[in-house]
Amino acid sequence: MSGHSNYEPKYAATRWLDTRLPIFRFTADFMGFPSPRNLNYWYAFGAILSLCLMSQILTGIILAMHYTPTVDAAFDSVQRIKRDVPFGWLLQSMHAVGASMFFFAVYIHMFRGLYYGSYKAPRELVWIIGCLIYLIMMATGFLGYTLPWGQMSFWGATVITGFFGAIPIVGESLQQWLLGGFSVDNPTLQRFFSLHFVLPFVIVGLVGIHIWAVHHVGQNNPIGIDVKSEEDTLAFHPYYTMKDAFAIAVFLMIFALFIFYLPDALGHADNYQRANPLVTPEHIVPEWYFLPFYAILRAVPDKLMGILLMFAAIMVLFVLPWLDTAKTRSMRFRPVARWFFIIFLLACFILGWCGARAPDDIAIPIGDGITFKWLSRIATFYYFAFFIPILPILGWVEKTKPLPDSITKAINEGTA
Amino acid sequence: MAQRFTKSLIGAAFIALTALGVASSVHAAGGEQEIEHLDWGFNGIGGTYDRAAMQRGYQVYREVCAACHALEHLSFRHLGDKGGPFYNPDYPNPNDNPDVKAMAKDWSVIDIDSDNGDEIDRPGIPADKFPSIFPNEPAARASNGGAYPPDLSLITKARSGGSDYLYSMLVGYKDAPAGVEMSEGMSFNTAFSGNQIAMAPPLSEDIVEYAPTFVPGDHGEGLQEIAAPAASVEQMARDVTEFLTWAGDPKMEVRKKIGFATFLYLLIFSLLLFLTYKQIWKGVKH
Repeated sequence: MSGHSNYEPKYAATRWLDTRLPIFRFTADFMGFPSPRNLNYWYAFGAILSLCLMSQILTGIILAMHYTPTVDAAFDSVQRIKRDVPFGWLLQSMHAVGASMFFFAVYIHMFRGLYYGSYKAPRELVWIIGCLIYLIMMATGFLGYTLPWGQMSFWGATVITGFFGAIPIVGESLQQWLLGGFSVDNPTLQRFFSLHFVLPFVIVGLVGIHIWAVHHVGQNNPIGIDVKSEEDTLAFHPYYTMKDAFAIAVFLMIFALFIFYLPDALGHADNYQRANPLVTPEHIVPEWYFLPFYAILRAVPDKLMGILLMFAAIMVLFVLPWLDTAKTRSMRFRPVARWFFIIFLLACFILGWCGARAPDDIAIPIGDGITFKWLSRIATFYYFAFFIPILPILGWVEKTKPLPDSITKAINEGTA
Repeated sequence: MAQRFTKSLIGAAFIALTALGVASSVHAAGGEQEIEHLDWGFNGIGGTYDRAAMQRGYQVYREVCAACHALEHLSFRHLGDKGGPFYNPDYPNPNDNPDVKAMAKDWSVIDIDSDNGDEIDRPGIPADKFPSIFPNEPAARASNGGAYPPDLSLITKARSGGSDYLYSMLVGYKDAPAGVEMSEGMSFNTAFSGNQIAMAPPLSEDIVEYAPTFVPGDHGEGLQEIAAPAASVEQMARDVTEFLTWAGDPKMEVRKKIGFATFLYLLIFSLLLFLTYKQIWKGVKH
């Protein structure tokens, strides 16, 4: 993809091919890609995510062969898949649990990038394309959750599409255009199915660009310094293919635990009730991976402001490379920023917790009690404060620890 | 050194989970639904359904619940599926199973006479779905004082608390405590959300007459007779919960079995991968 290639075609046939379509050269360069030798297991989540994407697409294609996207038949067809289609229960479970595992992996992947400063020059585009993938993943996950047409599917879709209705002037007509009517109904379900089917292939394309960009600039690493010599690197294959393979096997065990023993643990009981436009569930709760954003949305009393804040929470990630002014990439050498990062992690967990609970319930029983609404306000405030102004200011004032001269030197000194 | 990010992540997760634990115990104390946790045979990683209990549970469903509640996602043939209540190893195709045939015949199914197009009632066959009890929702509501009897094929999945909830609800009918004002036609129930349920107590002692049941032995020794227990409210509630848990999750046994094999495979596979990884990285400082 980039840099100089070490591939030399050995046979007449491969030489012929190499001058026309260098596909073997491409593969050889990909497998031999020089990777920093100090990558830890957190770097395996790239490979894990590729596996998640492939698994979702394969199980999804087969499920689509049995699924019926109409309001009268969708709920029943999912039950038919689980009861009568050979191994349909397994496919459906792999796909539904797979969505959760996909988000679990993507969050670790993103926090890893955040911690080791993988978004900083020259990797800004790697990060931004990654954010775009995450955004489309969220859309795909939301659309997919509508398809079983249970109570949470229907009411979740009603709430989320309602966001667009809050936009001034064009909101109402935009919402109707998206829904294909005045409320979530058959046209909505059919277009959601169509979009849910196509978006994963957009993700595949973006993942290709994401990996291309990574290969052009080279991977970051836990100490965040540039590769200085060949000595600092190892070939992707067999070193990292093997390390990734082991990590994938361990990840699959967690995946299998949910598929086979806790298939409903990540879902909501209400989604086993057929969608009913006349009955609103007691609490409308999104899937766990959207909970932090749901908490930010509900932290603000004004609907439009809440929606804008929620979108801003995602959009701020896109400009992160320019918000963080520090030259040092890895938080290992940033003793102060590291603590702010840990609090940021905690704020994200707290937001997720707030998103799952009723805003007026008591979260912390101190004094009159702090409600989830106020807790989510505090966490939302910190979420944004971390990006502006904490990161820009820290970059200017923080005294970082001295960086090692090279990856190899750091390894020899036992500090990598 | 390499574990710093790990420590941060685990630390933050730990604090968050502790907070969650504290908060949920506070929350539980304020709830008004009393749900009893039973030690079901289908719980746990090796859990299986009790076939005799499921058969008796089907009888309770047929003679009591089916007056109002449908099983819309089930066909009669499902009763004779492997893992189902009336599975018989002599009839791998459940459509041939004489017990299933007899049970299907016991229901009347609406069909169209292919000679003249008239609507007719005919006895069910194993391939039929369980018929709906009421022609439509307004009819169901009209017969039940305005309340809609929910479908039971997913009832243990569609309620939080699942099987424990269903059992607790069935045995949770009590006299309303002093000071609780009951709405017209409602019964007091300790497990039901809000404690006022539109369904009158469905079970009473000996409302069904249990007969001995026959289930296949564990080692293929044909059908074994299981004596009938006394038809107490608790016994019937347990049996019908067993049956409806199966109805909601008929693939649970095969799911857990394949899960066990998958784990064994992944465990050995990851061990081999780890050893290969160690071998390849031997002598590589990192």
